[in-house]
Amino acid sequence: MQDLARHSQNIRRKIIETAGTRFSAHFGGSLSSVDVLSALFGKIMNISAEKATDPNRDRFILSKGHCALGLYAALNEFGFISDEDLSTFDKDAGSFPTHCVQSCEKGIEISSGSLGLGLSMAVGIALALKAKKSSAKVYVLCGNGEANEGIFWEAVMFAGVSELNNLILILDNNKMQNDGFSKEVMDIKNWDERLKAFGWNICNVDGHNLEALINQLKTPSAKEPLAIIASTVKGKGVTFMENNPEWHHNKLSPEQYEKALSEVSKTGE
Amino acid sequence: MLVDNSFIQNLSLLGSRGTFGLALKDIEPRREDLRVVVADVKTSAKLVDFEKQAPSKLINVGIAEQNMIGIAAGLAHEGYTVFTSTFAPFASMRCFEMLRTQLGYMNLNVKIAGLLSGVTGGLFGNTHYGLEDIAILRTIPNMTVLSPADCLETYKAVLAASEIKGPVYIRLTGDRGTPALYKEDFEYEIGKANILAQGNDVAIIGTGTILSEAMRALRGLKKYDISATVVDMHTIKPLDTTTLDQLFATHKLIVTLEEHTVVGGLGSAVAEYKATKINVPPQMILGIQDSFPKAASTAFILNQNGLSAPRIAERIVQKYQELF
Repeated sequence: MQDLARHSQNIRRKIIETAGTRFSAHFGGSLSSVDVLSALFGKIMNISAEKATDPNRDRFILSKGHCALGLYAALNEFGFISDEDLSTFDKDAGSFPTHCVQSCEKGIEISSGSLGLGLSMAVGIALALKAKKSSAKVYVLCGNGEANEGIFWEAVMFAGVSELNNLILILDNNKMQNDGFSKEVMDIKNWDERLKAFGWNICNVDGHNLEALINQLKTPSAKEPLAIIASTVKGKGVTFMENNPEWHHNKLSPEQYEKALSEVSKTGE
Repeated sequence: MLVDNSFIQNLSLLGSRGTFGLALKDIEPRREDLRVVVADVKTSAKLVDFEKQAPSKLINVGIAEQNMIGIAAGLAHEGYTVFTSTFAPFASMRCFEMLRTQLGYMNLNVKIAGLLSGVTGGLFGNTHYGLEDIAILRTIPNMTVLSPADCLETYKAVLAASEIKGPVYIRLTGDRGTPALYKEDFEYEIGKANILAQGNDVAIIGTGTILSEAMRALRGLKKYDISATVVDMHTIKPLDTTTLDQLFATHKLIVTLEEHTVVGGLGSAVAEYKATKINVPPQMILGIQDSFPKAASTAFILNQNGLSAPRIAERIVQKYQELF
């Protein structure tokens, strides 16, 4: 677990360093997803830079494309993209803009950024893998905000009815979205009941507790698709960003940069 | 495939939707990579026999068109060739963003058959008309847009679409009994227009089953000594600019004809290209006026919009005499 904690720490540091003081970036949602990304890429998923296009790899679908910066930092941490690649974040006509652009060989399975679309495509991938009798699994990371979208629920409905037990949805439930706190925008409280009613297997977990995340991600589902509702903190790791709506998408001043970098560089909790 | 008179007649009786279902059923045995995803239109798209033949290859997502495209995108991501279908207004408008952002942006191998396009829906009314699909679909990079003129061409379009990589929209107009414009086998190549009739004065460039009205308008034009070429522009994107150049050089008046709004369709595509040229003929854009027609039979709406054979002839004669 210590290794994973170190990976998380590195990813958080890379998020801050990559955005620096030059770019407005989606810090909040990227930081809330970091531990999920560490657990998946560092432990759970059968995928590596060398077999990024192997047909038997597990698939990772980033539906909440707004946390592309978090994904780039994680892909760099796990060897999929180089430091040079990462340094081209948000460069004109580069390959690593604010919202990700598909590049399977670099671990980016789909283009995303238009919210709510990822789960639907993940369902298609899960169906395809079943048809090919592959044992690979599909892990899809969605934000609680994008679950306002209609197509998200269309996909939830289909996956439940079709018993896609090779599909694992991780809901990064940071309880915030663009306009602020979700309870003031679209107050969905009972994720469990809603998803269960659609035929999903549900578990709740602290999305920053790596051990708990690993345990839940390792538990296979008999026949239902699995939804892991990860309770997270938006902006996790940088105190002035945590639960602060201003840091959904914002730019660091030089002073803030130093403070953020020093906080995410501290070892241990 | 033997294309003879009885095959052509049979397709005509099936109509465009029946032809679509039959074409997929015919290619299914040799295509392990084929999947068909529908949004509760298995019966409307005439895919019941397909499902009987290959139940595992048909996926019904219910009335959820956006998810239909998302799931198709996922299957295509894993190497499948996927056909999807629903009625044209829903295929083009309800899931436009998925067509653009999933199929176009990632250049995925998904085909979309828009059923009952144009005003084929008749008394179903505007919710079921496909008046904007060409305009919408041709804005998407990587998207091929096909619009067959009769059932044999529909059959060939489905086969051709299955053989190219990338997203393809197939616009289906006409119902059972659609007139056969191609009376015998012919060469069909995506992006290459076919000449249905050769004339000298006016070039009528049409798309879809409304081309049968253009063919019937020829006699009305002849009465006034106007000789017309009729072109089947079955591919709207990529546009056959080679044929357009030839037509611009050899005809005095260009007429575009479509069962589609006059905004943004074939007429616009031709005009956009023509605008870059000098010394080219003027153009009439014949289509459905920029308004919601009152629900009525297809023939009624076509006539009301000046798109029946006699009205097409009348409008062209008037314009021609005014200009020359």
